[in-house]
Amino acid sequence: MTYRITRREFGLGAAAGGAVLAAPGIIGSAHAANKPIKIGSLLPRSGYEGIIGQGCQRAVDLAKRMLPEMGYAIEVVDADTESKPEVARTQAEKLISEGVDILVGAFDSGQTFSIAQVAEQRGVPFVINIGSDPAITEQGYKFIFRNFPTSVMLGTNGLARFNDLFAATHTSPKTAVLMIVNDTFGQTMLKGINALMPKANLPFHIVETISYDPQAKDLSIEVAKAKAAKADIHMVVTRLNDAILMVREMVKQRYEPMGIISPGSPGMYQTQFMKVLGKYADYAITNIPWIDPKQSFAHTFQATWDKAYPGEVCTLDAGFTFEGFLIIGDAYKRAGSAKPQAMVEALKATNIKDRIMIGGPITFNEKGQNVNLPSGVLQIQHGKPTVVLPEQYSEAKPVFPVPGWSKRA
Amino acid sequence: MLYLNIIIAGLLTGLVYGLMALGLSVIFGVIRVVNFAHGEMMVMAMYAVYLANTFTGIDPLLLLPLVALALFGFGYALQRLLINRYITRPEHEQFLLLLAVATIITASLLMGFGPDARNVQLGYAYDSFQIGALLLDKVRVFAAAGAAAGTAALWAFFRFTRTGKAIRACADNHFAAQVVGLDVKRLYAVTFGLGAACVGAAGCLMLLLVDVQPYISTDYTLLAFIIVILGGLGSMPGALLGGVIVGVSEAVSGFVIEPSFKSAFSFGLLILVLLVRPQGLLGRA
Repeated sequence: MTYRITRREFGLGAAAGGAVLAAPGIIGSAHAANKPIKIGSLLPRSGYEGIIGQGCQRAVDLAKRMLPEMGYAIEVVDADTESKPEVARTQAEKLISEGVDILVGAFDSGQTFSIAQVAEQRGVPFVINIGSDPAITEQGYKFIFRNFPTSVMLGTNGLARFNDLFAATHTSPKTAVLMIVNDTFGQTMLKGINALMPKANLPFHIVETISYDPQAKDLSIEVAKAKAAKADIHMVVTRLNDAILMVREMVKQRYEPMGIISPGSPGMYQTQFMKVLGKYADYAITNIPWIDPKQSFAHTFQATWDKAYPGEVCTLDAGFTFEGFLIIGDAYKRAGSAKPQAMVEALKATNIKDRIMIGGPITFNEKGQNVNLPSGVLQIQHGKPTVVLPEQYSEAKPVFPVPGWSKRA
Repeated sequence: MLYLNIIIAGLLTGLVYGLMALGLSVIFGVIRVVNFAHGEMMVMAMYAVYLANTFTGIDPLLLLPLVALALFGFGYALQRLLINRYITRPEHEQFLLLLAVATIITASLLMGFGPDARNVQLGYAYDSFQIGALLLDKVRVFAAAGAAAGTAALWAFFRFTRTGKAIRACADNHFAAQVVGLDVKRLYAVTFGLGAACVGAAGCLMLLLVDVQPYISTDYTLLAFIIVILGGLGSMPGALLGGVIVGVSEAVSGFVIEPSFKSAFSFGLLILVLLVRPQGLLGRA
C-alpha cells in the first residue's frame, strides 16, 4: 500500500520545516537585541584634565545603572586616555581588539581626533560626548557622530549671547581683553572668535589677545598684561586649573573688569572652581550649552546625580557624557544588532526628544554632527551655576557689571 | 610703575628659585654628584607640607623648619646608604642611579596622591601689600622672605660652624681633608642632607606659589639646572643670582614679548652664558 501526500500536507510540512530552519535566526536576533552592546568609554581620567575626566566618569557610572533600568542593554569598558592624544589612540586600538562594538569619548579635541582616526580606519562607530574641533566632522568620516557643538558653533552661539546679556542688563562695553589657553581647543576657539567677531555685531572690540600654556603653574604675568590693557571686559577661553589660577591672580592684582565672560569653554562652572575660589567664583559667566532646567528627563537625571554625588555640581560634561550613552542605547535598541553598519544606520536616524541639555531633539546631519545645540548664559550665583539667559530656560536674572572683589558677600 | 611691579614680582619668585637651586649647587660643589632627583625631592617636600597643613591647619611657613629637617634626614640616609657607593663610579652610573630614585619618588607620589593638583588654602592667599602704586602679592613676599632667611642660615652655617668649615675643606681639597682626619663620608652625608633640606625649604615656599602634582618635578629639576649653570655650578651666591636672573627675565620677557616665551627666554640666556662664560657667572674657571 502506498501513501500519497496531499498538497495541504506538503504545504504544512514545508511551513513547519521552514520555521525550524529559521528559528535560530529569529531566536538569534532576539538574543542579539537582549545581549548588551559593548561600549568602549575613553576619558582623560588622569593627567592635567583628570579632574574634568573624572567628572565625566561619574556620568558614565550613572549611565551604567540608569540605562539598563530604562530598557537599554549596554555593557561598558572604561579606559583612561591620561590626557594625551597618543595614549587615547593606543587605548582605542586596545578596546577594539578586545571586541567593543562602539566607542564613546573623549572630552578633549586632540584625543578625540586620535580616536576618530582609529575608529574610522577600523570601521567601528564612535560617538563623541565632548570635543569641539570642527575638523573632526569635516573629514568625510562615516563612523563618527558628535553630540557636542563645534568650536565654531560654540563661538557663534556664545558670541550671540553677549548681545543678549548686554540687552538684558542695559550695558554696552567697548573693549575686551581675551585670555586664551594655548592648546588645540583654545586655538580652534581663537580662530572661530576672530572669524565671527566682525559678523557678530558686538559693541566691543578685542584690544589684546594673551595666550598661555594650559599647564602653566603661574599666570601672574599674563594677568598683569591683561590688567594693563585696561579693557572693559575680560574674555576668556580656559580649562579648569588655569581658570582658578587666573581668578586668583585677578583678585591679588585687584584687577576688576566689568565681568569675566567665556564665549564657551570649560573651567568656570566646574565644582573645583567654586570649591577653591569660594566667593570669588561668583558672577563668572560662561556662554555654553547647559542642562535644561525645564526638561523633565533633565530633572530626573539631576536628581539621580545629586543623590549619587552630593556636593558635586552636575555640569554639561556630565550631561553630554550621559547623552552619548543614551544615543548609543537608543540606536542599538532600534538597530537590533551591534554590527557596525547597522549601528551607523541607526545612529543616522537618531531622534531623541527626552534629553538632558537645552535645545531640540538629538539628531545628526549628513556629516554626523548635531547642529541643534544652542548656548545659554550661565552665571555662578551663590556658588551655583545658574542659567540666566535665554529667558525660556532661565532660573534667575543676570548680574552685570559684577561687584568688585572686596564687595563680595 | 607697571614694569616695577613685574620686576619685583619676578625678583620675589627668583629668590625662591634660588633657594631651590642652592641645594643642587651645594651638593655638586662638595660631593661632585649631580642630583638628578632634585625636583622630585622638592615635590616630596611640597606634599609633606600639604599633608601637614591639611591635618593640623598649621601655616606652611611655620612648618618649614620641620619639613627641612625631614628632608635633611632623607638626604643624609640616601647619601649614606646609596649614593656613597657611586661617588667614585663613572658619571653615567650616578646619573642612572639618581634618575631611578627620581622615578621611584614620582611613581610613589602618584600612587599615594593621584594626579590631581593640590594646594593649601591660606587666609592671606588673596591679599597684597600696597605701597603707593606698587602692589606686592603677600604670599610672594612671605615666600621670598623665607627664601632669603633660608639662604642666610645656610651661609651662616658654612661660615661660622665647625662642620660648615669642615665641609668647605672637603670641597676645596678632598685628599687634604682626609689627611687631617676629617670623616669625609659623614661630611658628604651631611652635605647631601643640607642640600635636601634646602630643597625641602624651597618646596615649602613653592607650595605657597603653585599647586603640587607629581608631574611638576621634571620642570623644576630642569629649572634648577638652568639656574646653577647660569650662576656657576658649585657657587652658592651664583645659585641665588641665577635664580633672581631667571625669575626677573621670565617675568619681563613674558610681559614685554609674550607669556609663552617665558621659558624660551631662560633657555636662551643659558645658551648665551654657556657660549660666553661656560663656568657660569660666578663659577670658578
